[in-house]
Amino acid sequence: MHIDKDLVAASATPLVLGILADGESYGYAILKRVNDLSGGRMEWTDGMLYPLLHRLERLGYVQATWGTSDVGRRRKHYAITPAGRETLAERRRQWAVVSDALKQVWQDVQPGPVVAEGWA
Amino acid sequence: MSEQTPRAPQGAEHAVLEEQIDQWRGYVQRRRAITPADVDEMEDHLRGQVADLTASGLEDDEAFLVAVKRMGNLDEVSREFAREHSGRLWKQLVLVPEEAGENGRWRELGVVLALAVASGIWVKILLDAAGTDELVLVRNAVFAVLPFLAGYFAWKRRVPWGVSAVLLAATAALALVVNLYPFVEGPHGDPGMTGFLAISHTPVVLWLLLGVVYAGGAWRSGPRRMDFVRFTGELIIYLALIALGGGLLIGLTFGTLSLVGVDFEPFLGEWLLPFAMPGALLVGAWLVEAKKNVVENIAPVLTRVFTPLTIVMLVALFVALLVNGPLTAVDRELLILMDAILVLVLFLLLYSISARDPLAPAGIFDWLQLVLVGAALAVDAVALTAMLTRIAEFGFTANKVAALGLNLVLLVHLVWAAWLNLGFARGRRPFADVERWQTQYLPVYGLWAAIVVVAFGPIFAFA
Repeated sequence: MHIDKDLVAASATPLVLGILADGESYGYAILKRVNDLSGGRMEWTDGMLYPLLHRLERLGYVQATWGTSDVGRRRKHYAITPAGRETLAERRRQWAVVSDALKQVWQDVQPGPVVAEGWA
Repeated sequence: MSEQTPRAPQGAEHAVLEEQIDQWRGYVQRRRAITPADVDEMEDHLRGQVADLTASGLEDDEAFLVAVKRMGNLDEVSREFAREHSGRLWKQLVLVPEEAGENGRWRELGVVLALAVASGIWVKILLDAAGTDELVLVRNAVFAVLPFLAGYFAWKRRVPWGVSAVLLAATAALALVVNLYPFVEGPHGDPGMTGFLAISHTPVVLWLLLGVVYAGGAWRSGPRRMDFVRFTGELIIYLALIALGGGLLIGLTFGTLSLVGVDFEPFLGEWLLPFAMPGALLVGAWLVEAKKNVVENIAPVLTRVFTPLTIVMLVALFVALLVNGPLTAVDRELLILMDAILVLVLFLLLYSISARDPLAPAGIFDWLQLVLVGAALAVDAVALTAMLTRIAEFGFTANKVAALGLNLVLLVHLVWAAWLNLGFARGRRPFADVERWQTQYLPVYGLWAAIVVVAFGPIFAFA
C-alpha cells in the first residue's frame, strides 16, 4: 500500500523514537522494525531515514556512537536521550488526540467506493 | 575513511558484489552534502539489505539492485541531507587536525610562528638601529622579512643546502648593493632617482628568488612556476583580508584607549607593527599552503569579474587619449601609469590561465582575453609614441629609462601572449603553448629588476 508522503513524514519521528525507546539500534534494524510493525505495508525510502536520524541527533533526541557490526564493519548506533523520551511522550499525546478525532470521523462517514478513491 | 573500514571477509564469489558496492560508494560520495561517514552508514544499511535478500533466495546482483532501489533516488536523499546539514555545502577549512596523532600540521604552525617572531625581532632591531634615518629601514625591510618566508619554504620543501646557499649569497649581494652604493639623497632625506629605483625593484628580485625556494629548487619546471604564480595571487588576497581584520582591531583598540587617555601610538609603531607585518605575511603564506587543495582559488574568480570591466576602462582610456591629444605635455607619470595598467592586464591574463583547464576547448572568455590584451596594447601604443617623442626632445633620465624598459618587457610578454592566444582561440595551437610562454617569461622580470637595482646606479651616476 502506498502511504502519502506527508503522513510518512509526520509519523516518522515518533516511530523512530518509539523504536529506540525499546533499546539502542542502528539504521537498517530500525527500518526492519518499521516494516515488521506495519506488516510490510509502510514502505519508507531507505535513504531518507539517515537525514532524519541526523536531525534527531542534532535536536538532542538521540545520541549516536560508532561501533562495529558482527562482521567487523563500522556501524553507527543510535540511543534515545531523556529529551527524546520527553518528545516521544509529547508526540504520543498529540497522536492520541488526532487518532481519537479520526476514529469518530470514520464512524460518521459511510464507507463507499467513491469516497475511498477520493482518499487514496 | 573508507580505507580504515574493515572489510567483511568475502569469498571470491562475492567479488562482483563488492565491486558494485564500491561503485555505488563512489557515486554517493560525489554528493557534497553526504560525508564519507554518512556513506559508511548507508553502506552498512545496503549490505544488511543485500544479506537479507540473498538469504531469502535472490542472486547477488538482483539483491544489490533491489537494495539500491529501496535506498531511493539519490538526488532526493542528498537534498534531504543538504537540508539537514546546510553547512556542508560550504567547504570548511580545517587548519589543524582535531584528531590526535597528526602532529605535522601543529609542528608546521610552530615553525611558521617561530619564523614570524624571528623576523619581527629582526625588523625591531632594524627599526632601532635606523633611528631617525628612515631610509635605512625602507631599504632593508624587505631583507628582514622575505628570507624568513623563504626559510619556511626551504624547511617545508627540504630545499638542498647548495640551492639555499646560492640564494642567500645572491640576497646578501643585493643587500650590500642597496646599502653600500653611494646613492645621492634628495633635499629632505628622501631617496634620489636611482636610489628610489633600487629600493622599489629589490622586492621583485627577492620575490622571484623566493620562487626558487617555493619550487623546492626545481625552478626550471613550468608547472612549479605556475604554482608560485597561484601562491602569489592567493597570498595577496589573504594578506589584504588579514590587513583588513588587523586594521579593524587596531582601530577599535586605538579608539577605546584614546577615550581613557592612553596613547596607543608609541606601542603601535614601536612594537606592534614590526611584529604584526612579518607575522601577517608568514601566517598568510601558511594559510595559502594549508588551503591549497581545499578551497577554490579566489584570484581566478576575480579575473573573471574584472576582465570585462578592464576592457571597458581601456576602451575609455583609448578614446580619451586620442581625443585629448597631442600628448606633448604629459610627464613620465603617464608612462608609469601605463606600466601599471599593463601589469594589471598581465595579472588578469596570468591568473585566468593559471586556473584554466588546459584540455577545455577555446571559449568566449578566451576571445574576451584577446580583446583585453589588444585594447591594452592599443592604449600603450598611443602613450608610448607620445613618450618617445618627448624623450627624444628632453633626453633620458633613470626614471624614464626604468619605466620605458619595464614597458618594453611587458610589451614583449603581452604581444607574444596575444599571438599565442589567437592561435589557441582559432584552434591552431594547444593551450600548453600559451601556458608555457607565461611561465617561461617570468624570470625576465627578475632579470630586468636586477639590472635596475645593480646597474642603474653606476650608469646614471647615482643621481
